[in-house]
Amino acid sequence: MERRFITRLGDGSAVALTRSALRAELEEGTQAAAARAKLPPLETPELEHLLDIFASAARFSAVDIGDEVVLSFDGSGTPQQGSRVNALLQYEQCLAADSCELYHSDYSYKAVKTVVGVEQQAMKEARERLTIPVHYGAQPDLGRYSAPDGPCGNWAELLPQMRIDDARAAQEEAVELAVEDMVYVATALWEAGADGLNFDTAGAGGDADFLATLLAVERLRAAHPGMGILVGMSGELVLGTHGQLEYRGTRLAGLRPAAQLEVVQQAGATVFGPAVNVNTSRTVAWNVARALTLMKPCMAVARIPVHANAGMGVGGVPMNAFAPVDAVSRCSRACVDILRLDGL
Amino acid sequence: MPVAHAVASGMNGLRAAGDLVARLEMARGMKLAEAKVYVAEKLGTGVADLADPLVMHEVRGELRLGRVFEAETTYPHDPSPQEAKRNIAALLDLRINGAGT
Repeated sequence: MERRFITRLGDGSAVALTRSALRAELEEGTQAAAARAKLPPLETPELEHLLDIFASAARFSAVDIGDEVVLSFDGSGTPQQGSRVNALLQYEQCLAADSCELYHSDYSYKAVKTVVGVEQQAMKEARERLTIPVHYGAQPDLGRYSAPDGPCGNWAELLPQMRIDDARAAQEEAVELAVEDMVYVATALWEAGADGLNFDTAGAGGDADFLATLLAVERLRAAHPGMGILVGMSGELVLGTHGQLEYRGTRLAGLRPAAQLEVVQQAGATVFGPAVNVNTSRTVAWNVARALTLMKPCMAVARIPVHANAGMGVGGVPMNAFAPVDAVSRCSRACVDILRLDGL
Repeated sequence: MPVAHAVASGMNGLRAAGDLVARLEMARGMKLAEAKVYVAEKLGTGVADLADPLVMHEVRGELRLGRVFEAETTYPHDPSPQEAKRNIAALLDLRINGAGT
């Protein structure tokens, strides 16, 4: 009887699969991505290497000595660690972080605008107490600008009513407002001493959300040539909630990770974070193979560092607030070994 | 989760040279391999030493770049974070925002 190995599903639950079954999962995962995105699947040696990672009884997996990468974090810290700055200090001293991120619990540039003075003060304290880079991060979160939370029309309601022109107009209006807020907040935190700014889950609200991010990055880069700017995506496909928006001649709707990276580079970011969402019904192995297939094309076109998103529900990591280390470490190692990227 | 990633694949930040490499990636958009070579040359070490906590702990102490401490290994005369960052900036020829460089 073939030996079974404990592995995980995308929701974090444990299952026991044979080596043969894990091989099938990896092959199905890469083929699923290849077929959908019209990309080449992972090569046989890559799949064999992934199989060795997953068909292992080890509780933990890690990269080879010498292959370590830089880790960037969004939202560093939890309430149990004390104050926000205490949490960042613990990331530096106790959690071996290469960098960390000060953030507000209402993780939206629109929300932070109203309390930016408080965030600046926290950043001042953070940079006085930490040696590692301290970034500031939030989300573009374009939906906040639609009614009832914001002043623009609600395109999520207008679209089902077939009021396409009104929905597009509302999004275009929201883009202008969001860009102003992101530039305002990012500038304030930069002036307070942030080592860099993070625009997290760019594109979460579709192509308009992504456009707002790119335009904000472009303005910030022009105003602050030395600013570190990280753009982390929300998913492997930019949804066309508007459908006609372009950035420097590139239509944003439908962009996959490599094409997302191209426009992010054009805008002037210094780090790009592709994201591939997890299917919680499939195994971590399936999800990792799929994610790597989708992200691999980034490496051929990247002129800036690529930090694959490998947090909760992305990059193969289970969609669970307390993801098991056996799964997280395998995803971590898989991304580094196969993609040869610059960080996570 | 951060601990899992740090142990599985991270350069280990202040325990080694991860923060130094991270600064070059974020500030200059430098790719990992190039950033590692750059940092190693500036530190006078090999690239393989960058993630070695024993080597880097000594190097960081000598160059006053800041390092980790704990209950039984304290460094009361080590530089403050602000001084450490000024030293890092000078070493790496890098402007660090908010550190007076």
